[in-house]
Amino acid sequence: MNTAALVDVLKQHLIDPEICIRCNTCEETCPVDAITHDSRNYVVDAAKCNACLACIGPCPTGAIDNWRVVRRDDPHAVVAQLTWDMLPVEDDALMRAAMLARHVAAGNVAAGNDAASCADAATPAGMAAAAPRGGPLADPLAIPGASGAVIPPASAAHPQVNLFSMRAPATAIVAGNFRVTDDCADSDTRHIVIDFGAVPFPVLEGQSIGIVPPGLDREGRPHFARQYSVASPRDGERPGYNNLSLTVKRVTADHDGHAVRGACSNYLCDLAKGDAVQVIGPFGNSFLMPDDPAAHLVMICTGTGSAPMRAMTERRRRLANGQGGGSLTLFFGARSQGELPYFGPLTSLPRAFIDINLAFSRMPGEARHYVQDRMRERMSGLARLVADAHTHIYVCGLRAMEAGVIEALADAAQANGDDWEARWRVLKAEGRLHFETY
Amino acid sequence: MTTIDYAERIPNNVNLASDKALQRALEQWQPDFLSWWKEMGPEGSQALDVYLRTAVSVEPSGWANFDYVKMPDYRWGIFLAPRDEARTVHFGEHIGEPAWQEVPGEHRANLRRIIVTQGDTEPASIEQQRHLGLTCPSLYDLRNLFQVNVEEGRHLWAMVYLLHRHFGRDGREEAAALLQRRSGDTDNPRILGAFNERTPDWLAFFMFTYFTDRDGKFQLCALAESAFDPLARTTRFMLTEEAHHMFVGESGVARTLQRTAEVMRALSTEDPKAVRAAGAIDLPTLQRYLNFHYSVTIDLFGADQSSNAATFYSAGLKGRFDEGKRNDDHRLEGATYAIIDIAGGALVERQAPMLNALNEVLRDDFIRDSVAGIGRWNKVLDKNGIAQRLVVPHKAFNRRIGSLAGVRVSPDGQVVSEAQWQASVAGWLPSAEDRAFVASLMGRVVEPGKFAGWIAPPPIGVNKQPLAFEYVRFG
Repeated sequence: MNTAALVDVLKQHLIDPEICIRCNTCEETCPVDAITHDSRNYVVDAAKCNACLACIGPCPTGAIDNWRVVRRDDPHAVVAQLTWDMLPVEDDALMRAAMLARHVAAGNVAAGNDAASCADAATPAGMAAAAPRGGPLADPLAIPGASGAVIPPASAAHPQVNLFSMRAPATAIVAGNFRVTDDCADSDTRHIVIDFGAVPFPVLEGQSIGIVPPGLDREGRPHFARQYSVASPRDGERPGYNNLSLTVKRVTADHDGHAVRGACSNYLCDLAKGDAVQVIGPFGNSFLMPDDPAAHLVMICTGTGSAPMRAMTERRRRLANGQGGGSLTLFFGARSQGELPYFGPLTSLPRAFIDINLAFSRMPGEARHYVQDRMRERMSGLARLVADAHTHIYVCGLRAMEAGVIEALADAAQANGDDWEARWRVLKAEGRLHFETY
Repeated sequence: MTTIDYAERIPNNVNLASDKALQRALEQWQPDFLSWWKEMGPEGSQALDVYLRTAVSVEPSGWANFDYVKMPDYRWGIFLAPRDEARTVHFGEHIGEPAWQEVPGEHRANLRRIIVTQGDTEPASIEQQRHLGLTCPSLYDLRNLFQVNVEEGRHLWAMVYLLHRHFGRDGREEAAALLQRRSGDTDNPRILGAFNERTPDWLAFFMFTYFTDRDGKFQLCALAESAFDPLARTTRFMLTEEAHHMFVGESGVARTLQRTAEVMRALSTEDPKAVRAAGAIDLPTLQRYLNFHYSVTIDLFGADQSSNAATFYSAGLKGRFDEGKRNDDHRLEGATYAIIDIAGGALVERQAPMLNALNEVLRDDFIRDSVAGIGRWNKVLDKNGIAQRLVVPHKAFNRRIGSLAGVRVSPDGQVVSEAQWQASVAGWLPSAEDRAFVASLMGRVVEPGKFAGWIAPPPIGVNKQPLAFEYVRFG
């Protein structure tokens, strides 16, 4: 288990100084001001880059699209990058160690190890708030979306992205802040509603926004923004209002269990009605729901990874789901009933509207259940869904759940006599399989 | 008259579908543009399928839409960078006032002139480059040429949009005239001198895109500071495309140098004749091409002292490069700047009022940027173990505009007599013989993955495609 901690790695975004023509396009494009330059080089600050990939398309040279596996606690510093004439070679030993760690971590999850439920689950959209440095790219082998589709479903609405940047954030006012985990549960997860007043801030279900915590960090720099998935549907937490909701878990420990006060999650969880919040975004143009009412949604999540699932479910509920023929199936994991966000409202939804499968890993006196266990229990139905061309699959939550979920999906495909790899390619190519893990 | 499906044919974020006045203006102009493209666009290219990048929105995700397109079907769009409602004028006499969304009457003539001058360079460069496709060194390069061409076409659209939208009848007439002037035409030439020169070969094309498109970058950057917000937002978006053009130039020359260095290393020679005999372009010839394009391009910034430049700045029409990042009063009254003058037969530096010297300020910013790129070219030589280096000539060398126009100055900055100039010019600027030699190398290579012998392949393909990708299909 400690192997993973020994090689906590980051796939660091770098610019190739040999190909770059110093045109400034990337720096101009970056929504979080992660790119800077001197008279010699353009460089990416690993502490700020959130791998939104906004800079990749506009780069005229391709120099921008370079990634190196580094130790998370020792990324290439900006000052070092500014002196480079060429990119460093890939550290093969680190790469192999990272692959091994990933394998071990995945195996532990399948075997029912703790990792899935005790780690920090504060940030649905992927930026580990308590991580000491670096962006969300905890997976050394894949840039975001690499394991799922990078295109949205065919019938998804067109998303607006990057309307507000660090340079010019939007200001929202807190309209409400409610605890959605049981009062006696260890974890404090909150449902926070913010209102944009007269400022247009259009979002779609599955998109995320960035919150800029006020003040400076220990090194005297402004905090970088943290991303959170929107938990409300496109027409607002309250229909017709220009507001949206977030699901935020208060971070009190880092991935290794050490006590850490997450700067942004604590800031958000402590907000009172009427407080002002600086918001950037929206972000995300592939993890989106189909507008086709005949589409089936299979939603698999843990903890605050439920935020986008809540948004999609609520969207369907408001549209009087069922009339278009599309079904909703939810696999939702948490430590216990008390720690499952939105447990009360969720269980009151009619069974005919949504097929809910809850997995609890720490219920006293019960065996540990994970989402993949519930998926296996529903194998015949899941197999039918995986084979159906109308099915869209969404996975959001801790990265550790990914391997187990994929195995269960692969089993579902095989139950149909289907080749999972071929099925996976089709799902990806058609924008019907999406991962948001952190 | 054909009607246009505006949303589909002309990607835009200027609400074209509901702007009737703009639609009417474009209904006239669009067919004229297409006939101009067919007459003066890249020769023999109309039926080719080209792997092009089309911008369909100003968002980062709308940028990189790669697909095969026949160039006359390219979707020339109209894009303005997103509007900042709170933007204010940040230099000149109107500092602190809200940025203008419409053209103020007193600045109408000057703004129209600025827009027409900028707009005129866009079709001009397409005309200058229209024969190059016939001698392309590879499919990769052919595709890059066509990408530059369609984007220059889009820049023309961007300027025509401003003329149509904000300048009424005058604007429509100026937009029509942009399609009537011709590069190099004795009766109806393009406005700026450098845009009436031929681009005879691919080395000239690379030098042009490196230096002259970089002039475009600095002009656009200065206009992106303008108090006239639609101009600022239009040019801000154009800069992203200009970056691609400079990439074509910088990498094109670097690859040429790479091939030259490989030949020099293989033959262990610095002898230009031996390099030429081996089918590469010798370093002295490359230096002479550089001297020519550099000096012709820095003339584009205009006279070193200009009352027009002062007026444009004080009125808020055109700022300095990175105006917003400079720490001064942004009015510049009383500020001075060093310009070059002639005194007693030698070049001397003299302080001039900065407002009048703003062309020189922009020229010096351009020079700093150019020199940095030449440093990167020299790294190619360094890596190949070649001791020779490319250098920029003196700012006063080969100037045709401003107070240096009548003086003969050597590349190292010595004032020389007419006789000395004539005796040495063949070593300083490309001679007819140099150009004939370069032309002799320009055989057409269109087999996927193959490159002409005088140029090295690029390190990576377009949009991560392999080098042997079929960037252009001949159908």
